[in-house]
Amino acid sequence: METGIPEETGLVGDEPVWRMLPPGLLRMRRLLLAVWAGVLALAAGLLPGLLAGWVWAAFALLPLALAAWGWRLLGRNWRSWRYAERADDLLISRGVLWREETVVPYGRMQLVEVTSGPVERWFGLASVQLHTAAAATDATIPGLDPAEAERLRDRLTELGQARSAGL
Amino acid sequence: MTTSDLDGVPARPPVAERRLHPVTPFRRAWAPVAVLAGWAGHDPNGAQEQLQRLTSTMLLIGLAVLVPAAGLYGFLSWWFTHFAVTDSELRIRTGLLFRRTAHIRLERIQAVDVTRPLLARVAGVAKLRIDVVGADKKDELAFLGEQEARALRAELLARAAGFAPETAHEVGEAPAHELLHVPPRELALSLVLTGATWGSLTAALVVPPVLWLATHSVWTVLATALPLLGAAGASSAGRFVAEYDWTVGESPDGLRIDHGLLDRTHETVPPGRVQTVRIVEPLLWRRRGWVRVELDVAGSDNSVLVPVAPRAVAESAIARILPGVTVPASLSRPPRRAGWCVPVWWRGHGLAVTEAVFAARHGLLRRRLSLVPHAKVQSVRLTQGPWGRLWRLADVHVDTGADKTVTARLRDAEEAARLLRAQAERSRTGRRDARPDRWMT
Repeated sequence: METGIPEETGLVGDEPVWRMLPPGLLRMRRLLLAVWAGVLALAAGLLPGLLAGWVWAAFALLPLALAAWGWRLLGRNWRSWRYAERADDLLISRGVLWREETVVPYGRMQLVEVTSGPVERWFGLASVQLHTAAAATDATIPGLDPAEAERLRDRLTELGQARSAGL
Repeated sequence: MTTSDLDGVPARPPVAERRLHPVTPFRRAWAPVAVLAGWAGHDPNGAQEQLQRLTSTMLLIGLAVLVPAAGLYGFLSWWFTHFAVTDSELRIRTGLLFRRTAHIRLERIQAVDVTRPLLARVAGVAKLRIDVVGADKKDELAFLGEQEARALRAELLARAAGFAPETAHEVGEAPAHELLHVPPRELALSLVLTGATWGSLTAALVVPPVLWLATHSVWTVLATALPLLGAAGASSAGRFVAEYDWTVGESPDGLRIDHGLLDRTHETVPPGRVQTVRIVEPLLWRRRGWVRVELDVAGSDNSVLVPVAPRAVAESAIARILPGVTVPASLSRPPRRAGWCVPVWWRGHGLAVTEAVFAARHGLLRRRLSLVPHAKVQSVRLTQGPWGRLWRLADVHVDTGADKTVTARLRDAEEAARLLRAQAERSRTGRRDARPDRWMT
């Protein structure tokens, strides 16, 4: 459950060592949610409030309630994300209602990508994406620490080369 | 010209560039006419109005400008297209304004097709297409002399197989051993017994009269009748013509598929390139015990291996294509409670995992059994939605390199979790005894 540097923990073999995402991603998503909800609440409160009387400003509660619900959902979703580096494959598990668990053998990886958008960079986050020869393979780990993302990329590339196999 | 090119090959250094057959520019000359015809067919009302405004002289002038311009374009694009075979690559250099160079690695060849459309057969030329992952439509060599195309295919395959560069062009075409041949009678009967054929035919016969009664507009009726008739023709006569004389052969180069009545196609799939095989069993074929076999090769268009064959013959052909694979005879059904997720149709789903393949079936009336060799699995996924969670059911997806995903639906959740782990393990180890990309080394 740590996000720091592992001491060869991924090589335990059968028992996967699950790692969770760092809290940065949750913080970023919640902040974005709060900002958008605030803007919406302001608009929903001010417009009817000014035009039709101050009672109608209660509309502002609607986006706020939705935001509170979204706050919880984001937390649950963030907690559901986890990944494990096993000796020969990478496991990614995610989703609360729609659960998905992906296994990608290292030998099948064609390309490992580290991406970081402007907002992600502001929060010091980066995503690692794995591509195999199958386009349906959807193996992305979002919101990692840049150092961890780079470590993962290097390790995956190294393992991928060692176990490389074509199509 | 062709023969001299061919004779010149051995004497030249390995990176000697060659041009396509000089007949090539003529196919470009048709492009503007085809575009006009396509536009006229797409929008008949507008086309008629435009045509009435034009005088015949204007038409003639238009043609007199368009055809030479297209011809010139064709000539220039032919002039600027070169290809060369090196030890490890096929290089295609093309483009008039925007230069484009494609280097295709030979050991990554997934399939080589030589097609001879009807007009090309008359002219004695052929099209050579190399399927690699991520290849472009532009990476086909059209046209080459027929002899040259065959020699080039043999050379490409020999080099891809790992023969020494000096001897590659002397290896010649590997002898083929016929695995199965589809007799025309059986093919015709199988098309008669296909629902799609009758569906499109009835649509073509019923819809236009109904439209006529409803609208009394000739153009509306024509605009719907023509595509419908085209679809009906394509699904009956068109398929018969395309799948006529279907022959599957085996050679050291891999699998040979030859077919076609008017347009002949010769496809070669090197060993170990088949990603998935599908056995399709339409409802009406079941009494006769016939099946259709489809296959997926990464980067290839063709997906049919056998248009129709008795089950035993088809299975023996599959055993040759995927060595060590036997089609599992019995599959395990999802648990009964799967009926709450997919009523009635849940019975059509099935799964079997053997030493060599992951086999999943779906469909109740038209059964489709997909086989994936463990060595071809790229990733394994388990998905479960809220409703599936309630009934403790989950789906297991197996992704392959041909962008095909085979799904075992509605498995018991615990079984699915075990399957996910075991499948990941199997697909990792399934690689070990796979043949190398250069299959002769």
